[in-house]
Amino acid sequence: MTDTLLTVRNLSVTYPGDDGDVRAVRNVSFTLGRERLGIVGESGSGKSTTGRAIMGLVGRPARVVADELRLGDIDLRVLSEAGFRKLRGQRIAMVLQDPKYSLDPVMSVGQQIAETHRAHLRSSARDARRAALEMLQAVHIRDPERVYTMYPHQVSGGMGQRVMIAMMLIADPDILIADEPTSALDVTVQTKVLAIMDDLVRSRGMGLILISHNLHLVSSFCDRVLVMYAGQVVETCEAANLSEAKHPYTRGLLAALPQLGNRRIELPQLQRDPAWLTDLP
Amino acid sequence: MIKLDDVTITYGTGSRTLVAVRDVTLTVPEGAAVGLVGESGSGKSTVLRAIAGLVPYTAGQILLAGERVGRRRTTAQRKIVQMVFQDPYGSLHPNQTVDQILAMPVAIHRLERGEARIARALAEVGLGREHRYRYPHQLSGGQRQRVAIARALILEPRILLLDEPTSALDVSVQAEILNLLSGLRRDHGLTMLMVSHDLAVIAHLCESIGVMSRGELLEVTTATAMANNQVTHDYTRELLRSNAGFDRSSVSSSELDEVAD
Repeated sequence: MTDTLLTVRNLSVTYPGDDGDVRAVRNVSFTLGRERLGIVGESGSGKSTTGRAIMGLVGRPARVVADELRLGDIDLRVLSEAGFRKLRGQRIAMVLQDPKYSLDPVMSVGQQIAETHRAHLRSSARDARRAALEMLQAVHIRDPERVYTMYPHQVSGGMGQRVMIAMMLIADPDILIADEPTSALDVTVQTKVLAIMDDLVRSRGMGLILISHNLHLVSSFCDRVLVMYAGQVVETCEAANLSEAKHPYTRGLLAALPQLGNRRIELPQLQRDPAWLTDLP
Repeated sequence: MIKLDDVTITYGTGSRTLVAVRDVTLTVPEGAAVGLVGESGSGKSTVLRAIAGLVPYTAGQILLAGERVGRRRTTAQRKIVQMVFQDPYGSLHPNQTVDQILAMPVAIHRLERGEARIARALAEVGLGREHRYRYPHQLSGGQRQRVAIARALILEPRILLLDEPTSALDVSVQAEILNLLSGLRRDHGLTMLMVSHDLAVIAHLCESIGVMSRGELLEVTTATAMANNQVTHDYTRELLRSNAGFDRSSVSSSELDEVAD
């Protein structure tokens, strides 16, 4: 962690509701260097909202406040929508869960990748096409020329996610946020897609935020892990040491996982302590 | 309790025939729990649907409780086998209350004491009286799956088919549902056949595990053998490997290449 790419200090996201405000993210702080950071938590813990807030994708009526939200030398708190549009793709990119929904169904996948290149680098159609083909090759697609002309419904889930990664990395961003990138894929395809992402992020010296509910995946893939519960980061630890986590929530989650080779008649159920909901200092 | 002899299931006709399941032979003894694993499109869910009578099979035979079942089933044949699906939000009628959802099978099968049955089924899956008149959208994911299990149990089936019953749920809720299922199995002597992509979940609930790939049942092994890495097929080995978490060194760069089909 020699240089910091992203600084987040006391980030909160609040949605106004009929019965008072809902605080989806509460005082989340972390920094991201050229490393792989995991954010784990259950549904509703605020992990995806944290990622979306960094991307400037949390719109009205939600309120995003932070003491510091900085990407390199850019203050994201005061950035306009036009500013964010320039940033997304070029400095910071996001891969979502299901390529079926995040790809444009009426445009060939190659054109979509090339469009990103043209938009951010103002390149000619020919250069964009060449860059897109190179990118398809970089995500280990062996017949890029053919895949270039295919439409999203013609490609498999694993191929679709490779295309998404190609599209996200073509403008050479510093940070990739991957929100459940492999949850919709078969286990055997998951490993391959993760390996491709890992190789590219490493070779380009990028920072990666992997958002997932899967404790095994995060602890084996990332360098560092944030555990979120009810909008707060309850624990931060080295990924390799996640099994020695201290917070009762993390411990409860780990215990509730069924294990191959350690069959228990009854799985210990997570007992939620109301004290976990109070604001951390 | 469940016996499949050379069952083949095809979709479509003529040149567009697709063989989804080919010559599957499988026996699940009474009171046993068997799991099926395999990649998407391997035919594991199709096997379940054929046993439930939701899709017809083309060749071979399926026996439930010693009786051959085909496309047309009697009410009694339908009653002994019930199914729980992956996404409780998709499998529960959004405009019906829990009470209406549970009253439906009771009415179809013309069972008596419907009122008491509904109350008992809810209690069995750990839902209270306050949940009875709610709509699915007013329940959490775990509660919804409990309703789906209650709907299956209300007919007092002997066989319960589970198609990825916990994969849409959070880890802590998954543990609750798995505990509920193993308790129900113990109390009612249920025979279970479960499909999942999560080896640990399957091994938790089932003693034997069948591995499917491209419509064929490759091997049937035990949960213990799986845990000890004693598997014969490459696909099973790969499943085990990915189940252990991400390990970059487990995939060589040449393995990453993919060709579009």
